[in-house]
Amino acid sequence: MNMSELLTAFLLIVGSGFCMIAGIGVLRMPDLFTRMQASAKAGTLGVGCIVLGVATNFQDLKVAAEASLIIAFLFLTAPIASHLIARAAYFAVDTKNRRLECDELAGCYDPETHTLASERPKDGVWIRRDVPEIDD
Amino acid sequence: MILAKSLMPSDGLQLICSIALIVLGIAMFLTVYRILRGPSLPDRVVALDLLAYFATGAICIYAIQFGRSSLLIVAVVMALILFLGTAAFAYYIEKRANP
Repeated sequence: MNMSELLTAFLLIVGSGFCMIAGIGVLRMPDLFTRMQASAKAGTLGVGCIVLGVATNFQDLKVAAEASLIIAFLFLTAPIASHLIARAAYFAVDTKNRRLECDELAGCYDPETHTLASERPKDGVWIRRDVPEIDD
Repeated sequence: MILAKSLMPSDGLQLICSIALIVLGIAMFLTVYRILRGPSLPDRVVALDLLAYFATGAICIYAIQFGRSSLLIVAVVMALILFLGTAAFAYYIEKRANP
């Protein structure tokens, strides 16, 4: 194994290790939002390392361009997708089953329009109404 | 027809590729367990998202192991499609929670 293959092997092992951490985190974390943290951070980093390993293995400009395209797509879309799912889950999942340590967004969302206010209104109009339990 | 340039890795790198694929497979099994068990629909969507990430990584490892750089196109398309699926799921979950 020459130098570039050693670098590729290192990146593959680190990447698959991070993917394993992401899988364990998704399995073992107690809560949806902590699970999402494991998925978004460790999963993105692991797959990014693997794709970087592809670029160092082939040493070709076309392959490097495709690899940087994959990394750009992953790193641009993963935070947006996580934000969308977390926002949807905050409205959808029943409050009693959520088991959050602290909910700083409680009462800050308008239940009708789903817009976020920085502080609770004085008359208490924006208290989050009880969402119906969803069977899945 | 011109075949894509093939660059077969050495035996050591092929062993590393196999190990990485096995580790990714175990991680995929853990994620599938979460998809089957997940208490709510957003849990399942998060796990499905992660499964698609792992599939992208597995395609990249295959590209190294078989020396086919043309397999990377599949990973590019997968990285694009994955976001659309998650966004659509999030849209409909939010719609269903508060119609």
